[in-house]
Amino acid sequence: MRLAAPSFIALSLLLTACGEGEAPPVANLDFQKQLQTQLIKAKPGEVIEIPAGTWQLDRSLSLKVSGVTLRGAGMDQSILNFKGQKSGAEGLLVNASDFTIEDLALEDTKGDALKVVGGQNIIIRRVRTEWTNGPATENGAYGIYPVQTENVLIDGVVAIGASDAGIYVGQSRNVVVRNSRAERNVAGIEIENTIGADVYDNVAIGNTGGILVFNMPNLPQPGHTTRVYRNKVESNNHKNFGHKGTPVASVPAGSGVLVNSNDKVEIFDNDIGDHRTANVIVSSYFSTGYTDLSTEADFDPYPEAIHIHGNRFGPGGDSPDNLELKALRLAKFGLNGRLPDILWDGYVNPEKLVDGKLPAELAICIDNGDAGIVNVDGPGGYKNISTDIEPHRCELPRLPAVELHAALAEAGE
Amino acid sequence: MKYAWLLIAALLLGACEQARTPLYLPSSEEYPQKLSAWGVLQQRDGHLQPVEGVQPYDLNTPLFTDYAHKLRTIWLPEGSQARYGEARFDYPLGTVLSKTFYYPIDTQGRLQRSEQHGAEAVELRRVRLIETRILLRQEQGWVALPYVWDDAQREATLDWAGASFDLALHDEAGEVLAVDYQVPDANQCAGCHEEQAGKGVQPLGPKARHLNKDFAYVDGAANQLLHWQNIGFLQGMPADMASVPRNALWSAPREGEGLEHQARSYLDANCSHCHNPEGPGRTSGLYLDPATPLSIAYGLCKQPVAAGKGSGDRLVDIHPGAPEKSVLSFRLHSTDPSIMMPELGRSTSHREGLEVIDRWIASLDGEC
Repeated sequence: MRLAAPSFIALSLLLTACGEGEAPPVANLDFQKQLQTQLIKAKPGEVIEIPAGTWQLDRSLSLKVSGVTLRGAGMDQSILNFKGQKSGAEGLLVNASDFTIEDLALEDTKGDALKVVGGQNIIIRRVRTEWTNGPATENGAYGIYPVQTENVLIDGVVAIGASDAGIYVGQSRNVVVRNSRAERNVAGIEIENTIGADVYDNVAIGNTGGILVFNMPNLPQPGHTTRVYRNKVESNNHKNFGHKGTPVASVPAGSGVLVNSNDKVEIFDNDIGDHRTANVIVSSYFSTGYTDLSTEADFDPYPEAIHIHGNRFGPGGDSPDNLELKALRLAKFGLNGRLPDILWDGYVNPEKLVDGKLPAELAICIDNGDAGIVNVDGPGGYKNISTDIEPHRCELPRLPAVELHAALAEAGE
Repeated sequence: MKYAWLLIAALLLGACEQARTPLYLPSSEEYPQKLSAWGVLQQRDGHLQPVEGVQPYDLNTPLFTDYAHKLRTIWLPEGSQARYGEARFDYPLGTVLSKTFYYPIDTQGRLQRSEQHGAEAVELRRVRLIETRILLRQEQGWVALPYVWDDAQREATLDWAGASFDLALHDEAGEVLAVDYQVPDANQCAGCHEEQAGKGVQPLGPKARHLNKDFAYVDGAANQLLHWQNIGFLQGMPADMASVPRNALWSAPREGEGLEHQARSYLDANCSHCHNPEGPGRTSGLYLDPATPLSIAYGLCKQPVAAGKGSGDRLVDIHPGAPEKSVLSFRLHSTDPSIMMPELGRSTSHREGLEVIDRWIASLDGEC
């Protein structure tokens, strides 16, 4: 099924010809109604095509039917623009399984651009989500945002300008994020409370933090087992424009790969460079500025079994975005000095210590040439700074690759 | 054209003002294009009212929808009954619920901003009808269908993709409130009515705790649940009415319905259909259903997770003693689609509701 295009294209050309006014663009209401009706009445197996053109919409779209493909003519061809959106908290909300969305763009949504809640066997590829005014606090929170999903392939997407995370996978299982580009978001790519994620061959550039692997408290599912490899993570020094009160608002500008409170994370074979705070940060929930008063008792705030090996680090740590760290850099490394590539806040679970040490299987293990680590001694109030790498010379078992559901893997090739 | 005969019949019947029976549609996706074909509501003596056998009902503390007034009806097929359950009732196949959204108008035809009082009929020359939502219990589950009224207020037409209206509401003080009224599309209907993710649409209003109140029936006021029991709509009611849950009565709480009960009733009606452990809002870890105690899970000192700008630079959902530090209050106050809660169903904020919520948060003791 193809939407009738020509008249709308003519209309959208006229609209764009009018240029940038203060008034929100006029919505293509017929197109919007027709598309939303198609989404409502879709049957499994149906392909809904979005013709080339820039389509102005003023309320969110939603899909609840499983087995549907939503396909545009290309992420720079078929553009759904939501500037002036009047209702709905996102651009497209999907609550379905076995669906594919590909080759289109969602621009300037009021809230999240593409939110997927629940469902399994999901392919999102060559989709662009962007706030065209560039990074700004008033932009929507998330670009590509699957949450509580399973068997998810995110391939070749582009996410720009999100005030939280460009690509954000939350509370999910079995996820691949690859060949994608996250640029000028607060968090480029964020894996949160997710079990089994492979993040590879992506580019994260110009964000506040490049690639984040987080666990947050008070959620139904804690995450673990994430591999971050073969990515280019570069110059993520953008001033943090997140909203206070959101977890990413505490991410220091200049963070390359940031692990917070998550376990079993393997970071290898990446190019990570030009981060003014640190190329890699490993931290606990205690460094996010929240007290444990608002944390349910079973939450594990400590990052454990973190394996960092074989990455290529560019310069970094020359101008950390944090007063204590600034002072620390000066005191410890001198006026022209820089912090080591890997920064750790130093929190360990006292209950798990054996003879004052973490058991090997829970350690932060580094096998990365001459890359160094600084333990900034968060628990001791930043007093007992250490750059001793010896406790971190260890290896952890390699994590298994994520295996997507067979049909999905095939579709993804 | 399957329904052509029905339409004709409806017109004929309308003309003679005779009783008719609502449409029994246990299967089939051939939903009537016109509301009148459901045979649930009729225009009679200048009023929009339920047809014979269709029961109007009302809720203790209802959902806020841009100050729209609502005429709610329920019809059960002849001889069938709903089964009582404390959390929700089991409604029989073919049940038709209707909810008509309208605004009272003054003598100059201007829409008014006011709080609703339950009514059995709507005087057409005193109101502007906006939309009627049908909720139908079929074999495959509940189906939600939005119908939009025409300007002449003669008929409403099925509109899968919803609609929107720019309205201006006038209050007694002469203040004008602009409303960007959104009729939800069928998916958005389901978005709110799918209380348990993946389990399909459910009616939200007609539950014991919402219905447990008196209604001014033509032949006198009576408790709705007892009335339903009496007319054979409801079986399995507890013998002891005191054991039936009851939300606070909105704007005129009964004796003993304190501030916390009022606030929780309000959050129940406006939030808990999404914010419960099984609902669409479960991903936030914030549960505002009656079964969740006042705890982190109910928002007390709970940090928002993926609220984005919805956090409003506030650190916790409910900060005891301080509504101005509470995300909950911020999102209820907002009318920005990317911030406001609920996400759908309003374009203005509910001053009276917020006053209760803020007063309740301010009354809480403790620190975060």
